[in-house]
Amino acid sequence: MSDEQNSVKESSSRDIPIDVSRWGFPGSMNVSFKDDKDDLFDDSKVIINIGPTHPAMHGAFRCMAKLNGEVIESSYSEFGYTHRAKEKLGENRTYHQFIVYTDRLNYCSALINNVAYALSVERLMGIEVPTRATWIRMMAAEIARVTDHLICVGINAVDLGAFSFFLYGYQQRERAYTLIEKLCGARLTTSYTRIGGLMYDAPEGWEQEVKTWALKTREVIDEMDSLLTNNRIWHKRTKEVAIFNKEQCMKYSFTGPNARAAGIDLDLRRDQPVLFYDRVDFDVPTAQIGDVFDRYAVRIEEMRQSLSILIQCAEKIKKGPIWADDKRTRIPDKEVVHNTMEGMIHHFKFFMTGFDVPEGEAYTPFEAANGELGFYIVSRGGPKAHRMRIRGPSFWHYQGLDPMIKGAYVGDLVGALGSINVIAGELDR
Amino acid sequence: MDIRTRIPTNYGSWVDLFGALWSDQVTKIQARFGEATLSVQMPETDPTDVPTFVFSSHANLEVLQFFKVDLGYDFLVDYTATDEELEPRFLLVFQLMSRETKARVRVKFQVSEGTSVESIVSLWPGANWAEREIFDMFGVQFLNHPDLRRILLDIRWEGHPLRKDYPLRGYQSFITPEEIDPELLK
Repeated sequence: MSDEQNSVKESSSRDIPIDVSRWGFPGSMNVSFKDDKDDLFDDSKVIINIGPTHPAMHGAFRCMAKLNGEVIESSYSEFGYTHRAKEKLGENRTYHQFIVYTDRLNYCSALINNVAYALSVERLMGIEVPTRATWIRMMAAEIARVTDHLICVGINAVDLGAFSFFLYGYQQRERAYTLIEKLCGARLTTSYTRIGGLMYDAPEGWEQEVKTWALKTREVIDEMDSLLTNNRIWHKRTKEVAIFNKEQCMKYSFTGPNARAAGIDLDLRRDQPVLFYDRVDFDVPTAQIGDVFDRYAVRIEEMRQSLSILIQCAEKIKKGPIWADDKRTRIPDKEVVHNTMEGMIHHFKFFMTGFDVPEGEAYTPFEAANGELGFYIVSRGGPKAHRMRIRGPSFWHYQGLDPMIKGAYVGDLVGALGSINVIAGELDR
Repeated sequence: MDIRTRIPTNYGSWVDLFGALWSDQVTKIQARFGEATLSVQMPETDPTDVPTFVFSSHANLEVLQFFKVDLGYDFLVDYTATDEELEPRFLLVFQLMSRETKARVRVKFQVSEGTSVESIVSLWPGANWAEREIFDMFGVQFLNHPDLRRILLDIRWEGHPLRKDYPLRGYQSFITPEEIDPELLK
């Protein structure tokens, strides 16, 4: 009797008619269990909007996805929420004034942008910076690369649920920012390089501090590696997820760690050396499959290589001048500016009208933390550029996101977006 | 001192590395596209870092196919445009790189205002967004493009900001977001 009652009760609770029309599904609820047995709404399509201020979207991106159950059938992206018309500003500011705008490209590694911009203008002007400045630039770029990779793998892990992993790297990242602060007084938006030199020389003993930091960070990265690389949960969330293979990477112009994760063995530091990258030893890690795990693993290994470069730089760097001996771009010393008439006029002219860059055009690539960062500058003479094009790697990487997540789960979208490390500042410019 | 000055720490060796390769390719290109080649600039003699070819825009697919397949420049590094303020007004600028030799070239196509250019999405699918950006910023129209919408700016924006005649403070603000377009999700 009681059994019968129970069964009646159960069946009645199951058979409550659900009015699905109010959820926007056409017709009656047609439940089929084709793929996923737990997925009640299989074969029913929903359009969802993720972002622009969704916590998992790493900045102001918006992704519109059509879901079949939990699987993304198709999606398209919208961005431009942080568009500041940098290329237009580049045509309306002097070359010196534009340095501060380069910080705000990839703000996780602002020093790399500064270095790349300074190189491209110096190339147009035919200026060679002194040895010490070149070494400092190289060290700055490598510190920035480590901080960028730390935040990328850290945040990617946070998004997928591994919070403590992020904190391990965060401490070293803060210490790196302290080193950057010692260099130029700012932590995030550095504006460190000048055309033909640097803002300040590195303080006494800075190289040794970097070396100590690099040795410590190496240990921390080993620790992080042991925490996550062989973790079964991490494997389940990242392996074979959001695969972007070699062929697709070529089609979509992927560069940097994302391309190397898919087996494209291309690193501009090794293949087209700029600065003194040909004087240091380092390896270029590559992977084969191109999934989220490979992108993570390549970045972890790249950090080790960057730290090794830093240690080598710290040993090779010598004292010396930091400004190129070129009257056009050399900012006059404060001593001269405050005490002589000529110095004051020079200072005024430098900052108010800027210096002339000879006619010419150049596309200067640089291996930034995310991939190839390039400045294509067309000069027609005069203190402002005719065209200032910024080729940010994120723009091309973000384009690959939609084909990458096709057929993946919504949860994998978060992992995929974190792993390609799209930075809104560089994407929107 | 300008771009022709060789700076060893700043890609100064490119002419030594690729000079012979480049001059060989220039003869090949001139033999193939004699009439369509409007000008060729070479590093060291002209103020440019890599060989720069200017073509008229009607042959763009053919020319890029030749660069990609025959000359091995298989990597589309960058694709942008410039406003030259003279007739023809725009130049489409391609930065290409060969993955095998690591050599780079720059290819330009002249486009007059109001004429459409063939889209190159069939050659490099990654050019899709680059073309949308050029359309957005310069107003160059592309034929056979899968989805030619504005990309960085709102779809309701008027004008093309990177044209030289667009005012520096030509602000337009929109309070409501763009609506989701279900057509794009088909």
